[in-house]
This record gives sequence, C-alpha cells and structure tokens, in this order.
Amino acid sequence: MAERSAPTPSQTVGPFFGFALPFPGDADAGGVAPLRIEGRVFDGAGAAVPDAILEIWHGDAFARSATDATGRYRVSISKPRATPGPNGITAAPHLDVSVFARGLLRHLATRIYFPDEGQANAADPALARVDPARQATLVARPEGEALRFDIHLQGASETVFFAL
Amino acid sequence: MRTEAAALEFEPPYLHPAYRATVLRAPRAPLIRLPEEWFHRTPGPAFGRIPVRESDADLTRQHRGEPLGERIIVSGRVLDSDGRPVRETLVEVWQANAAGRYIDPVDQHPAPLDPNFTGAGRCVTDAQGEFRFVTVKPGAYPWRNTENGWRPAHIHFSVFGSQLDSRLITQMYFPGDPLIPLDPILGSVGERGRGLLTCRFDLGTTRPEWALGYRWDIVLRGRASTPRDV
Repeated sequence: MAERSAPTPSQTVGPFFGFALPFPGDADAGGVAPLRIEGRVFDGAGAAVPDAILEIWHGDAFARSATDATGRYRVSISKPRATPGPNGITAAPHLDVSVFARGLLRHLATRIYFPDEGQANAADPALARVDPARQATLVARPEGEALRFDIHLQGASETVFFAL
Repeated sequence: MRTEAAALEFEPPYLHPAYRATVLRAPRAPLIRLPEEWFHRTPGPAFGRIPVRESDADLTRQHRGEPLGERIIVSGRVLDSDGRPVRETLVEVWQANAAGRYIDPVDQHPAPLDPNFTGAGRCVTDAQGEFRFVTVKPGAYPWRNTENGWRPAHIHFSVFGSQLDSRLITQMYFPGDPLIPLDPILGSVGERGRGLLTCRFDLGTTRPEWALGYRWDIVLRGRASTPRDV
C-alpha cells in the first residue's frame, strides 16, 4: 500500500502566462456546429480582469481562452448533451469551467448551463443545491449568434463557484 | 483505502490579504459543495489537441544560441494521492529568464530580455510519471505588492491529471532562496506547504560538467486511472 501523500498546493497563475498558455487555436475546441461563448470577467469592484485564463470543457471537447484588456474571453465548443447523474437523475447539459487569474491562489470551478434547457435545468442535481436567487449566474444568455456568460469573481452579482 | 484528507490539506485560501490582488478577486459567498463522486471524480479536461514535441522540454534549445544563465535540469514525478504514477499527462512550464524578466509583454521589469530564451516548455509524463526539463535558473524579480517586494525564483507548472479535481497550476521554488520566507504568495500555504513547493538539489540528476539537477515531485488529487491488468 503506497503511503498517502499531501496534494501539492496550488499557487496563482500570475500575470505573465500569456506567452505560455494558452496555445494558438486553444479557444476553438472544434466539433460540428460549435457554439460561440463569450463574456467578461469582473472583480469585486466591477473592474475588468485582464489577466485571467478560462478552461471550458465537456467530454473530449476542451477550449481555453485568456481574457483581453477589457476582461473579454471567447471560445468555440460543441454543445454538450445531458449526462447521467447520481441515482438515475439526469444532469442538465452543461460546460465545466475553471477560472485561473492573478490574485486567485487557487483556481475557481463553475459551470455554464444553457438558457434553452429550462426543464432540464429545473431537474439538475447541482443547480438544486444552489440558492434559487443565485442560479441565474450559472445560465448563459443569448446574445446575437453567441451565448454570453460573464463571471463576477466577487460582489452583489457574484458567480456561483463550486468547492474543489 | 481512503484516509481522512483534511489533515493533509495545505491549499491556500482564496482571500489572503498579504497578497493584495486577492482582496477584490476572492469570492465572498460560500462555495457550493457537490458530492465527490459526481463532481470531483468526473473526468478532467482533455488536453489531447495540445501538440507536444520532445524538443519542447528543452528550454535552452528553442533559439539559434543558448540562453545566458545557470543551466539546470528539473525532473520529478507526477503522482496521484495514493502515490501511484500519473502517466501520459501534460506538464506545462513557464518562467522568467536568468535576469528575472519574462518575455511576456505585460512584464515591465527593467531587466534585459534574452534573445535566446522564451521561457515556456511542455512535456508528457512517461510510464513512471516522470517529467524532465532542461532550462536556466530563473532570476528573482520585483513586484508592487508591497514596498520593495521581490518574488523568489520560481518556475510555474501546469498539470492536468485524470479527473476534475486533479487540475493544478502552481509554482516550484528553489532551496535556500532568502526571499522564500518573505513571499506572501508562498506564505499562503504555511510552512508545510512551502516545503511541498520547494524542489531539492539532487546530485544524481546533476550531469557532470554540464548542469545542476533538481528533483520535485507533484502530487495530484484523486487516483490515476489504472490499467485493467494491474
């Protein structure tokens, strides 16, 4: 029996990752008829976060995008299907999101749910654990041809994050 | 066998005022806890589309000439929390040059750039979970977190692992660095955490008449997927 070891602690991605992560093309996860998802990342004072990097994925589809000077990120990814959840419950289609940034000593985990999946969202076992007043922070909204998903790290409209 | 993990936790808090940038970026609402079996243990992000060449692990051979500075070898193993090797997982690194300057345009520290050093590399762990990079030792650099604040020399590491909660971005530090006890970022993980983030000099990794060697093992959360025949 191997001895159990302490996990290596996290440290911030810092401000200087842009030349190393992500790689060109990382914002496009490929696939058929990809969804375009874009949004902005804000801090607790409502200021844009220009030095964040987001990883967005489901199944084998993986995209990552750094934010620009206005805090904006953009990815293209296929839409996920509903997946089997615990105890026979079906989880609503969603994308997993990791948020890394200067000032985040450990990354944050959140999810993007879809605005046209109201019925599935209502039955989703993860959303069910979220205060109904805050559930909307996890649902993207249509904006032109794209879906808009903003992330508020802190404050009155703080995005719901899940404990890692 | 799973033991109580809480006693082995050295993760930093989100809010750590000594590191000023956390004050407006740490969430204030409690994080929502989902059951481990259908959140933390689900498959993590697939990184298969990220290209990796063998030469990407040698940061001293990415340009026409060799970079200035002290050439070093940094190697180690990626392990799961049961101590088993995490095979074929992507490891990405990035760092300042020997003068303490990042090539990133955001970095305004008035130290020289090195035309022969980018400071980014990647590799995939082998069957024993081993990674190995050749690079130059990064320099310390100033930052404006506090008056006369300096970051200890460090190399940034990004590792994927196999499940959602294995994903890790961290920093590796060097033994004997006088800036280590002063650094608020490293101070966020306590004394034991500092030890886990500091590599050790290793004569066995050192290559005679060529480069000093350091060893550093990375332990990810969760269990590595095990081949069925084991």
